[in-house]
Amino acid sequence: MDAPALLLQGLAVAVQPTNLLFALIGVLLGTAVGVLPGIGPALTVALLLPVTYKLDPAGSLIMFAGIYYGGMYGGSTTAILINTPGESASMATALEGNKMAKAGRGGPALATAAIGSFVAGTIATVGIVVLAPWLVDIAVRFGPEDYFALMCVAFVTVSATFGASPVRGLTALLLGLALGLVGIDRLTGQPRLAFGVPELLDGIEITTLAVGLFAVGEALYVASCRRHGAETIEPIRGSLWMTRQDWARSWKPWLRGTAFGFPIGALPAGGAEIPTFLSYATERRLTKHPEEFGNGAIEGVAGPEAANNASAAGTLVPLLTLGLPTSATAAMMLAGFQQYGLNPGPLLFAERPELVWGLIASLFIANAMLLVLNLPLVGLWVRLLAIPQPWLYAGILVFATMGTIAAKPSVVELTLLAAFGVLGFVMRRFDYPIAPVVVGLILGPAAETQLRRALSISLGDPMVLLQSPISATLLAIALMALIAPFVLKGLGQFRPKDD
Amino acid sequence: MDDPSARPRDRAGLAIAGLLLGLAAVIIWDATRLQLAPVYGVGPTAMPYLVAGGLVPLALGNLIMAWRGQLPVREPVDPRAIALILAGQFALIALIGLGAGFIAATAVLFATTAAAFGRRAFLADLAIGLVLGAVIYVVFVKLLTLSLPAGPLERML
Repeated sequence: MDAPALLLQGLAVAVQPTNLLFALIGVLLGTAVGVLPGIGPALTVALLLPVTYKLDPAGSLIMFAGIYYGGMYGGSTTAILINTPGESASMATALEGNKMAKAGRGGPALATAAIGSFVAGTIATVGIVVLAPWLVDIAVRFGPEDYFALMCVAFVTVSATFGASPVRGLTALLLGLALGLVGIDRLTGQPRLAFGVPELLDGIEITTLAVGLFAVGEALYVASCRRHGAETIEPIRGSLWMTRQDWARSWKPWLRGTAFGFPIGALPAGGAEIPTFLSYATERRLTKHPEEFGNGAIEGVAGPEAANNASAAGTLVPLLTLGLPTSATAAMMLAGFQQYGLNPGPLLFAERPELVWGLIASLFIANAMLLVLNLPLVGLWVRLLAIPQPWLYAGILVFATMGTIAAKPSVVELTLLAAFGVLGFVMRRFDYPIAPVVVGLILGPAAETQLRRALSISLGDPMVLLQSPISATLLAIALMALIAPFVLKGLGQFRPKDD
Repeated sequence: MDDPSARPRDRAGLAIAGLLLGLAAVIIWDATRLQLAPVYGVGPTAMPYLVAGGLVPLALGNLIMAWRGQLPVREPVDPRAIALILAGQFALIALIGLGAGFIAATAVLFATTAAAFGRRAFLADLAIGLVLGAVIYVVFVKLLTLSLPAGPLERML
């Protein structure tokens, strides 16, 4: 069957009432955590993993995707109204968006962000429909050595290539890989790094690591250097309807932002920050109103917001077709697939087309829901920001521990949670990126399995990695991506932060 | 704080480099205890050696950055806030370990964390935490049939 027919079939799955409900819950939760500081889509999916364990896989995955998309919409609201981006992919939006809100044009800023996100999300989801079957056709030909090489590319690009410091990024990645070693070796049954603790034999739970790093670590960091001045929330002034001129100035940035966001998101480069800042820089150069940039230019909101959402959709392409997560949220979604024994990749497209295409079709629905939720109801979301900070973080930690206890009710697990919290705090304080740790933990064991499989097929000859043209090319790309940041200092200006 | 060049030999940075080296040593020590499996290809020790082999140069890289004082400038910390959050974590572990149940542990965690963020109404927060814990317990255990640790309070519900 071809893509349109499969998509129609998926649409039939997506419009089932329960799946519509899951999509709605997902976008509601996603918008809420996007608006709130201190909690992002990656943490939310991590917390929901143990809760959704017993639910239907299709529904839960639709919900997770809704959270991912919703987080991108919600972040822009906070960025525009209080200049503190709810999640880091909205940093570029805050630059012009907050100036617009201060100048009494908060309404059009929110409108161009929401409509731009909708346009970009819809175009990018069409991109998934076109690109996914094509990539799946390529991926069936991948042998274990090719998968190993592909994971090497992802490791390097996620940690080193675009970070502030390749040394710190790689250190974070290696920590994740080291944590991935813990537990019983899958091929020989021998325990590694378990130190005789029975709870460690199953390995480190991805939920515990993500929740410790993102929730406990973030709480420690924010509490330790709390600024005592209160943030000012700009009231929404100005009509939520954009004028004819606003539309005229917005539509090109939306399309250009999508053009930046989707390909960069789809490449295993990770992070939505690079395309958002590229889009911001481009709009600043192309604008006919250069005097407005820095004082609230609508192009500076429209472009980055579109780039932001398009890249979130782009991230789903390598995740669904290759099982390759390139952001912290994508890594948690992969964990979501795995908890149902599903492995994203060509096989999943062949065996469970209704699940994969149902998920893709539901992205269109989630996008439409988000447009409705974010435009007329934006005032409701802003009220979330009135939650006092102590209760917000205390609540986050309560839900964090609940997620951990529900996954594995043991004192060892809670001790690990606290330890990962301290690790997250130290990493934030010394500016180590967090996402490579999570990606390392989830992809490390997979990479090891593929490497050992490749080497046992070749009877131990390591040259197999270079004899396959796909693998040799990918390894060469990984090597170049590793060396590039040391040679070209310029890449460091796009500093990805974790969501 | 002052500019980075004026504070060479960042002690915290040196400690991080030392910890990374220590981690590499532990991974190598652990890998030497494994028996090689008699199969073609590589055994369970290959990946540990690869990871440890990657950690050593990175520890050196971190060491050089710390030595040159190239670590990011840190804001001064509020030790009281950190102590309160960690105390909340330890209280949680202890209460769950002693079988006091999810609700009591949640209440203490909520109140200590709120205190770390500057709240001064500890008893009021404790009460809020109790209600929150009870609501979560009822929703997740009774409605979603998940298992959360039960203590005396949970048995009354």
